[in-house]
Amino acid sequence: MEVCNCIEPQWPADELLMKYQYISDFFIAVAYFSIPLELIYFVKKSAVFPYRWVLVQFGAFIVLCGATHLINLWTFTTHSRTVALVMTTAKVLTAVVSCATALMLVHIIPDLLSVKTRELFLKNKAAELDREMGLIRTQEETGRHVRMLTHEIRSTLDRHTILKTTLVELGRTLALEECALWMPTRTGLELQLSYTLRQQHPVEYTVPIQLPVINQVFGTSRAVKISPNSPVARLRPVSGKYLLGEVVAVRVPLLHLSNFQINDWPELSTKRYALMVLMLPSDSARQWHVHELELVEVVADQVAVALSHAAILEESMRARDLLMEQNVALDIARREAETAIRARNDFLAVMNHEMRTPMHAIIALSSLLQETELTPEQRLMVETVLKSSSLLATLMNDVLDLSRLEDGSLQLELGTFNLHTLFREVLNLIKPIAVVKKLPITLNLAPDLPEFVVGDEKRLMQIILNIVGNAVKFSKQGSITVTALVTKSDNRAPPDFFVVPTGSHFYLRVKVKDLGAGINPQDIPKLFTKFAQTQSLATRSSGGSGLGLAISKRFVNLMEGNIWIESDGVGKGCTAIFDVKLGISNESKQSGIPKVPANPQHANFAGLKVLVMDENGVSRMVTKGLLVHLGCEVTTVSSSEECLRVVSHEHKVVFMDVCMPGVENYQIAIRIHEKFTKRHQRPLLVALTGNTDKSTKEKCMSFGLDGVLLKPVSLDNMRNVLSDLLEHRVLYEAM
Amino acid sequence: MELAQMQKSLQDYTKSLFLEGVLDSQFLQLQQLQDESNPDFVSQVVTLFFQDSDRILNDLSLSLDQQVVDFKKVDPHVHQLKGSSSSIGAQRVKNACVVFRSFCEQQNVEACHRCLQQVKQEYYLVKNRLETLFKLEQQIVASGGMIPAMELGF
Repeated sequence: MEVCNCIEPQWPADELLMKYQYISDFFIAVAYFSIPLELIYFVKKSAVFPYRWVLVQFGAFIVLCGATHLINLWTFTTHSRTVALVMTTAKVLTAVVSCATALMLVHIIPDLLSVKTRELFLKNKAAELDREMGLIRTQEETGRHVRMLTHEIRSTLDRHTILKTTLVELGRTLALEECALWMPTRTGLELQLSYTLRQQHPVEYTVPIQLPVINQVFGTSRAVKISPNSPVARLRPVSGKYLLGEVVAVRVPLLHLSNFQINDWPELSTKRYALMVLMLPSDSARQWHVHELELVEVVADQVAVALSHAAILEESMRARDLLMEQNVALDIARREAETAIRARNDFLAVMNHEMRTPMHAIIALSSLLQETELTPEQRLMVETVLKSSSLLATLMNDVLDLSRLEDGSLQLELGTFNLHTLFREVLNLIKPIAVVKKLPITLNLAPDLPEFVVGDEKRLMQIILNIVGNAVKFSKQGSITVTALVTKSDNRAPPDFFVVPTGSHFYLRVKVKDLGAGINPQDIPKLFTKFAQTQSLATRSSGGSGLGLAISKRFVNLMEGNIWIESDGVGKGCTAIFDVKLGISNESKQSGIPKVPANPQHANFAGLKVLVMDENGVSRMVTKGLLVHLGCEVTTVSSSEECLRVVSHEHKVVFMDVCMPGVENYQIAIRIHEKFTKRHQRPLLVALTGNTDKSTKEKCMSFGLDGVLLKPVSLDNMRNVLSDLLEHRVLYEAM
Repeated sequence: MELAQMQKSLQDYTKSLFLEGVLDSQFLQLQQLQDESNPDFVSQVVTLFFQDSDRILNDLSLSLDQQVVDFKKVDPHVHQLKGSSSSIGAQRVKNACVVFRSFCEQQNVEACHRCLQQVKQEYYLVKNRLETLFKLEQQIVASGGMIPAMELGF
């Protein structure tokens, strides 16, 4: 018998116990072998398990344990030494591996635990993110609602639609039970229920504006939770069983065009607000969330803006309608006025003719009658008839003239006449009456008074007759002096009138001085108004229509002159003075040249130095040819720079082509003005242009040009222009 | 040809130019400016006109043939041509230029091409006629005669 080191049962083997141990060992071994297999299988499957090495160790440990137990089976009975050896090897290995595993586990288990904690942490984070996502989503929802609401509100400019839409949309978005808008009344002391959501016809319901709850809401721009029992929130009769939902109110600023136009009303604040009240459904457990309140505030702002836009639009449309109405009314008025004027003119024309014909008949026949044999009484009667009819004829003429003068349809009939003769004729006409009244009349004609002048002879005579006639009429005694002279600018004249004698015109001044009744200085302005006569008993008998001075004034104005009366007071006589513009005629005979000024003959421009500036070669050559033909000495340049370089005080005239569009061409005129500061040294500037309209003319004048010519210029035209230009140094007629 | 006959045909020819509207009274003005001190005035001006206009028409053709027509360049040329032609009295050329300018303002390329053709047509017409006129005058002068002054009845 070998001695073995294995532990042998020293007592007789209990067969049953042995059997059970045998079976248990067997099963343990099986379990121990199957566990690693399972592990390997599942690890292979998962492929993410990070601790393979640990598993291998574990597997080894378990296998060896299993092996040990398996080998144990053979040790129950007598066994050989090999078995014992194997057993020992197995046990040793098992020990090694299990120790190694134990050591390894010390490192591994904390790691595994930390994995667990990390997992927990991540789970928490995920939950948090979920929450935040939920929040963002709600916010986005809110934003979408607001955008949609705003879009709805701002898509209309009708005030009522805006408000109605606001309430409807808010009601829908927030699922409100009731939504109401209170607007301030005109007095500003009360709030009136203007719009509600559910009730179709809101009752005319007002609350005073100074309630504490309203002040609280108006005091902040946030939405404020108010009690459902406050007067603004109690819109429907409350039946007791309802638990009223929460109510929120927000202010809606009503913007004005200008909040700075403050009338001094101390009770009214400069900002007016409306009140929007929103009620959650009763009997629901809903509460106002923060995002809902924010939505309400944003909407309130948008509503304010939309309302102000609508108000502004309403205003402007109303203004436009008003203007259109006014336009129409003005148009009608204008047309009526035109019709009235036409009617009057027609009437006057007809009446004029109708009245004059019998008048002429009367006057003519009376004059004829005068020539026949008459008894003194008859003669007296005929003379009276003649005088009265002449007066009437004059009156008719005066009325007709005046109305035509006022229309502006009267035009002067210019002709050449003898001024000296005219005065003498007037005097001859007046002399008889003056002699009868024993008023000596003297006529003083200034020595430099031109003899032959151009003007409206008839009307000038009318004026002088009227003035002298007045002098005779209103004088009881004293003498009358008529002075005619050429006036210069330093003579006394009314301060707003300046006389500038130009070459072929002059201003005739006539002074008629009388020592008669005189005029109160206060009455002087009234003299020239129609139909007014200074009422003084002494003059009542003089007759006259009172139109004379008014007509004379109109005629004097037509002749570009002025008329005024000076008097030192009642009883001290007065002087009537008028200036009129007349043309000087070259002709010594009364041949009547219709145009003013007179046309000189072939003028000679020998050696006149002129400068022609034109970019166009052909037209430059033509203009030069024209001027050379007239005898001028012509220099040509083709650009404004060249022109500036070449122009000198020897050049008397500069012709510049300003055809090209733009203002640059006119700059040259300014530069020439700058270059020649002394007026007499500066050459005259004439523009040549293809445009003859008023704007071109005005432009030329504004740039300091002395004249404008229309291209292409004819020879005669150029000749006339040059002579006029050199005479007057200004020319705006050759168009 | 006899001198008198030549003079008559010159007069008739000139009259026809006026009647057709090829030339207007401005041309007469030019003729009035011609005198002993300035015997070749008219032909000088007209030659200058031909030179200028040839150049301008060339430039216009080039400008209008561009892909993108720059009307800011075209308009001054037309303006220039209009000015020149009205200075010498080439009435039909001037009228064609006026039409051209209005289409320039509208920036209508098609119409401008048509106008250019029209202008060219009128220009060559007037050039042709004037050259004939000058030849006739030269013939008369070469025969020792005087060029009769134009009397216009209108």
